Formats: sequence, C-alpha cells, structure tokens
Amino acid sequence: MKFGVVIFPGSNCDRDCVHVAQTVSGNKVESLWHKETSLPRLDCLIIPGGFSYGDYLRPGAIAHFSPIMPEVKAFAERGGLVLGICNGFQILVETGLLPGALMRNVSLKFICDRVTLEIENNKLPFTCRYPAHSLVSMPIAHMEGNYFADSETLKRIEDNNQVVFRYHGDNPNGSLHSIAGVCNEKGNVLGMMPHPERVAETLLGGQDGRLLFESII
Amino acid sequence: MKVKAYITLKEGVLDPQGKAVEHALLSLGFQGVSGVRVGKYITFDIQVRSEAQARDQVEKMCQKLLANTTIESYQFEIIQS
Repeated sequence: MKFGVVIFPGSNCDRDCVHVAQTVSGNKVESLWHKETSLPRLDCLIIPGGFSYGDYLRPGAIAHFSPIMPEVKAFAERGGLVLGICNGFQILVETGLLPGALMRNVSLKFICDRVTLEIENNKLPFTCRYPAHSLVSMPIAHMEGNYFADSETLKRIEDNNQVVFRYHGDNPNGSLHSIAGVCNEKGNVLGMMPHPERVAETLLGGQDGRLLFESII
Repeated sequence: MKVKAYITLKEGVLDPQGKAVEHALLSLGFQGVSGVRVGKYITFDIQVRSEAQARDQVEKMCQKLLANTTIESYQFEIIQS
C-alpha cells in the first residue's frame, strides 16, 4: 500500500498525514510537491489541510489550478483513492471531484474544536473498519466548513449514500444536513472537514481517526 | 480596457456576512435596510482587440476561477480606457 501526500504552498497538515500514513501502513509515503506533473505508482493520495495559497479568492480555488491537479483528477478517474482533509476537502469541491461547496461558517468565526461524528457510510474503502453508525470524536479547525449543495444535489448525494460523516448533536458550522464529509458517486474520493490524522495516536488524544487509515490499507 | 467584476452569493444561498452587516446597519439606526449581500469586487486591465473579445475572456475567467458557480453569481462591466 503506497500513499502520496500533496503539498501546496500553505499546506500545514502534510507532515502529520505523512507520519500517520507511515505509522499505520508501515510503508514509505511520498510527499509530492504541487509542481509535479506526474505521479509515482500510488494507491492513495492525500490532499492535506492548511491554507493553500493563503486561501486567497476562495479556499482551494487557486490550488485547483496547480500543475499536479490534472494528475490528481486522472488518478481519481482511474479509481485511485483520494482523501481530502479540511483544506483538501475544499480543494476537491473546487475541482469538481466532489459535489457541493464549502462556505464561511455561519458564526463567521474560525472554529477550533472537537466534534462528535456519526459514520453514515461504512461501506467505503475509507470507512470499512468503522462499525455502522458508530460515533467518533475528531477535531475540526476551519473557517469555511459550512457545506452547501443545491437541493437537487443534496437529494442525490443523500439517496446515493454519499454523505459519509455527519456532525452528531451540535452542527458547528451551519452545514446543510449537518454534513461533515462526502464522497463521490464511485466512493473512491472522500472529502471531510474533521482531521482524522490528528487523532490517530493515544498520545495525541485519541485513536478515532486511526481506523480511517487502517480501513484504507 | 478596464474590467470590473462583482461576485456575490447566489440568491437563496444564506449569506451570514450579509446578515451580520444588515443587523449592524439596522442597529445603527439606518431604517428600511434589507437584503444585504456581501461580495467581492475584482478589477483589472485587459488588452484585447475588441470589447466582444474582452467579454468572452472575462466570462470564461468568472466561470473558471473568479466565481464558484455552485454558490456564487457574477456580473461584470467593461470600460473602454
């Protein structure tokens, strides 16, 4: 199992993702600079969190046109696993690999908190080790995590079980249907606002995110 | 030619920033204010042969990068300089 982690100028969760993917998979993980125009052989690509291009214009809007992105799209279209976390999720919606958009939090505040999530779909390569509808605890840290999709898209993704994670209890950011993570139709591209890589070791406050990486391998 | 592009959240998409500004305006005593939307205003110069060509280019820019058409709508003006 081989992971790749894409680094944009302004990414800041890339080292955490490399560390966790390495620890869990025991394999070499490649960091990929956004200027790359070809990908090595990989099984899973992680688009990490951070503030790519300073979030200028809109989060993810400029990263979408980085040289590596056509390769990321081609990889996803071939069925490769792509996981976007936080800013990575924002990038994936901007590219159109995932439906919807992420808007400013309803509170207009940056939220750094811990939330409870319900696993809505555990049939995916990313979530298959989580028990159905289990509750997990993960941190969130974002300004634009308010998920939006038009009513038609919302119905479609709900009907297709593309809502993978939902905030349980309080909805921290105003997301429609309390959506915290969605996948594409085929289920090989997942985007989520919470940070599983930050809760993959007991030493750092929990293991609820580790199962996600263990599901992938 | 000078381009002025305006990007705002679509009708029907909740604009928390617009709502906050609206409340602030009302609390300052400006009565009768409603429907405040906060957006982006982008200006730049473009060197092209005709206004039609400028329109075509700016339309593509808005579609591709300047606006996220899932949530935002845009309009622009082109001013001969």
